[in-house]
Amino acid sequence: MNLRPLRRLRAFFRRRPLDTRLDDELAAHLEFATEDYIARGLSPAEARRAALVDLGGIQQARERHRQTRGLMPLDIFLQDLKYTFRTLRRDLGFTCVAILILALAIGANVAVFSVVNTLMLRPLPFPAAQQLLWIAPPPQKCGLSCATYSSDAYDEFREYSRAYQDVTGYFAFSSPDNLSLSIGSGAPIPFTGIDVIANFFQVLGVHPAMGRLFTAADARDGAPPVILLTNAWWRTRFNADPNIIGKAFDIGGKQTTVIGVLPASFDFGAVFAPGTRVDAITPLDLYGPPRDWGNIVTMIGRLKPGISPAQAREDATLAVPHLCWNNKQPGSCGSYAEDGIVPVPLKTYVSGRLRSALIVLWAAVGAILLIACVNLSNLLLARASARAKEYAVRSALGAGRLRIVAQLLTESLVLSSAGALLGLGLASLMVYWLAHQGAIALPLLGSLHVDGAALAWTVLVAVVAAALFGLLPGLRMAAGNLHETLKDSGAGAGQSRKHERLRAVLVVTEIALACMLLAGAGLLLRSFLRVLDVDLGFAPTHAAAIKVDYNDSAPTRLAAVQKRTAIFQQVLARVQALPGVQAAGITDYLPLGQNRSWGTPFPKGVTPPKATPGGPLVYVVTPGYFRAMGTPLRGRDFSWSDGPKSEDVVVINRSFARFLATYAHWPNGDALGQLLAGGGNGGSLRVIGVADDVHEESVEGSAGWQIYYPETQADPTGAQLVIRTTLPVASLASSVMTVLRQLNPQQPAAEFVPIQTLVDHANSPRRFFMLLVAAFASLGLLLASLGIYGVISYSVTRQTQEIGIRMALGAGAARVQRHVLGQTLRLTVAGVALGTVASLLVARLIASLLFDTSPWDSPTYFSVALAVVGVAALAGYLPARRASHIDPMTALRSN
Amino acid sequence: MSTPKLDLLQGTLDLMVLQTLAAMGSLHGYGIARRIEQVSGNQVLLNQGTIYASLVRLEQRGWIASSWGVSDNNRKARFYAISRAGRRQLAADTLYWQRLTGVMDRVLAMAQTPDEEAGKA
Repeated sequence: MNLRPLRRLRAFFRRRPLDTRLDDELAAHLEFATEDYIARGLSPAEARRAALVDLGGIQQARERHRQTRGLMPLDIFLQDLKYTFRTLRRDLGFTCVAILILALAIGANVAVFSVVNTLMLRPLPFPAAQQLLWIAPPPQKCGLSCATYSSDAYDEFREYSRAYQDVTGYFAFSSPDNLSLSIGSGAPIPFTGIDVIANFFQVLGVHPAMGRLFTAADARDGAPPVILLTNAWWRTRFNADPNIIGKAFDIGGKQTTVIGVLPASFDFGAVFAPGTRVDAITPLDLYGPPRDWGNIVTMIGRLKPGISPAQAREDATLAVPHLCWNNKQPGSCGSYAEDGIVPVPLKTYVSGRLRSALIVLWAAVGAILLIACVNLSNLLLARASARAKEYAVRSALGAGRLRIVAQLLTESLVLSSAGALLGLGLASLMVYWLAHQGAIALPLLGSLHVDGAALAWTVLVAVVAAALFGLLPGLRMAAGNLHETLKDSGAGAGQSRKHERLRAVLVVTEIALACMLLAGAGLLLRSFLRVLDVDLGFAPTHAAAIKVDYNDSAPTRLAAVQKRTAIFQQVLARVQALPGVQAAGITDYLPLGQNRSWGTPFPKGVTPPKATPGGPLVYVVTPGYFRAMGTPLRGRDFSWSDGPKSEDVVVINRSFARFLATYAHWPNGDALGQLLAGGGNGGSLRVIGVADDVHEESVEGSAGWQIYYPETQADPTGAQLVIRTTLPVASLASSVMTVLRQLNPQQPAAEFVPIQTLVDHANSPRRFFMLLVAAFASLGLLLASLGIYGVISYSVTRQTQEIGIRMALGAGAARVQRHVLGQTLRLTVAGVALGTVASLLVARLIASLLFDTSPWDSPTYFSVALAVVGVAALAGYLPARRASHIDPMTALRSN
Repeated sequence: MSTPKLDLLQGTLDLMVLQTLAAMGSLHGYGIARRIEQVSGNQVLLNQGTIYASLVRLEQRGWIASSWGVSDNNRKARFYAISRAGRRQLAADTLYWQRLTGVMDRVLAMAQTPDEEAGKA
């Protein structure tokens, strides 16, 4: 075995003792030799000289020894490093600016990489996550009701599909704060629970941190109630009580036993409901009452090993004809086959639609890195011109080109490493901040952290950056003509002129890149403004909602309706009496949140076509809701006299009315006052009002169909009290809560949610991407303007003498200023032109991210060009001012 | 004027050092250098400083070992001795060297063609 490389490495680290040893040996050597020569008759001085001649130089012997025994390239690198530190310390201003620029660029890159890695590259946080599929029909208008299945359909699918190890799902219609926890005599604490099919965690592969998971027995009708706590809720609400398992709590009036605590790595909201918080999980009683609730569960399957998603799609088409909406209604069998089932990887369902946005974000930070590198190249070139002599001297003394390039690259590497270190800090801060933005509706954001992959990425980015910005000045330097440089007296010589041309090219590139970034950001900003301008069909400002708890249990449905109506009437009467409240109403679902549909009512007397699109989304509301929500209504609102025994009435939205009108022969095609068939209890429904289209699912999508039932005739699934007020909502919160508590001591301590928050939540991903891209674009512009400033400022310094002469010959300050500004603008215009052309070419790539904005939107491009020219002019103005203040006498005397 | 001294070929110094140590036993750096010069009849141009690079290379390869000792005239010096692996290496290198010189001798002993001699004249 050859141990020499190891020994060399060891020798590298034992430099000092080995040097001492050699010095001792050489000293002994000289003494021996001197003695020999003296013995041969030379005088001591001569003998010593002869001995030294024979040895051939102590320093050379040492060098050769080191070279042989150790690692020379590493030695050289360390030397370069030492030298670099010295020169960088000497030029502290340059060093700080360079490191700061790099830190910003690298930090942005690492942070975005972490986001991309978490959302797009990394598998979902479940074991063998690629086996998990989201089983649903292709996306359609009717919201979650069309993406979910009935208990029976779930059972049949599980039975007839062959591709899965097992299939599970969760109840898709829980609303936030749907449960309440009562401890002692305090006010009930609202919390959010999700019902899941008993095998949910087994299919996902989640193991409890404590206790056990659900079993089939827990989900049986009449089984003792049990609950699993999420790790976060267990920590915050139960102080991480280690003995929580087996304890029972009053949840919604039922003694419920805690059987387990989920691991911290499991976050239901992060995967299935981005931007929302889930506190606990309960088992879904599939075969109890939910059996008749229609489409209620989502389906998630774990593929058998070796089965591909394509095979699963095939398998689903075979299984779907067997699915019945309700086994008791044979006519409902096969109804799911119309839409079909298209299983997609769960990962695609969770984050697939963010792909293009993430890629754009990644490209944006890539551009930032390029701009930073160009900037650094520029700064280094300026420095290199100043240090040209130093390098010429080194080269004259025998340093090879490679050695000089290596020295310059070492300098770049030191700068980029320092930048990377600082950048990593910045990225960590940004990532920490992002991970704690619970309100941004982006999946998996909470699990964001700087991990090993991000560290590796940092190193890669730092090295690539160093090579990018270090190589050009390095090659430039090494290629320089030795004689010319040594002769060059500094200013005005050919070498510097060549540098300046190169630097101008770099600045133009930089401006072009910044221009592209700004154009992208501009288009996104314009889209965002368009989104904010969307007529949502309701007025989100000055309105807020609060969840109201009520108990309408009664022996008969009629009694229940009457009891509930009495409660709602009382609540609304007393809330409306509060000063500042303009309107109040109750709905069971709010727009941009949960939704459901109950089939499609059709004009009475008209046979519906075989295949109708999914039914309108259903809202069960009280009188006053439309006014409170700010939804314009043609016809009349519901009234308290629309009772269980009077005619069944509904309000439908314009789009649904228009759809129905194409089938019915209504006068003027107007649905108002007409009868529909196919209501909940098979009777007919009178359309008493046509409401504006409400964006119920997304702000950006087109509005679908809605139908409103009065809570006096249809059963709501909860109550959201919506109030419209001119006062700040917070000032009303306590008086409203007092009213609710007086009427129902069980009312949990819920909080008002401004309706605007719902809209903001829906817009949060777009806002998030827009803000990030805009921030990066601003950074790009800042860096580019720094670049312009650097080049112009340097050129003014170089031309001091020339300007001095011109001023001595009568050129005015204004003329000099114009000249310098003209120089700036020439560079800028070239950059803007290049950047605009490039952006126009690549604009198509972000077209899918835009809303109601053309990727070739000319006002955007125009403003971007204007902004860049403006900023560039500012950056050029400072050196121009300096130029015009040059004193001809001083300028001519210097140098 | 004496004839110019011989420049050492790459690698030959290591072989000389090994052979010297094999023949003389333990020696210090100066001793080795002197010994080689004496044996060569002062014909080689030995830059004595290069001995130490050679020594450290051989030591890292494990062919020689070194330790501090005291010379005949009572001076502290580092003494080098050949190891067993060194002896094996020496045998192999010697064989190689002899083959090489044999080949060189034969190649250089080729008779020159009459043409060239004519051309030279």
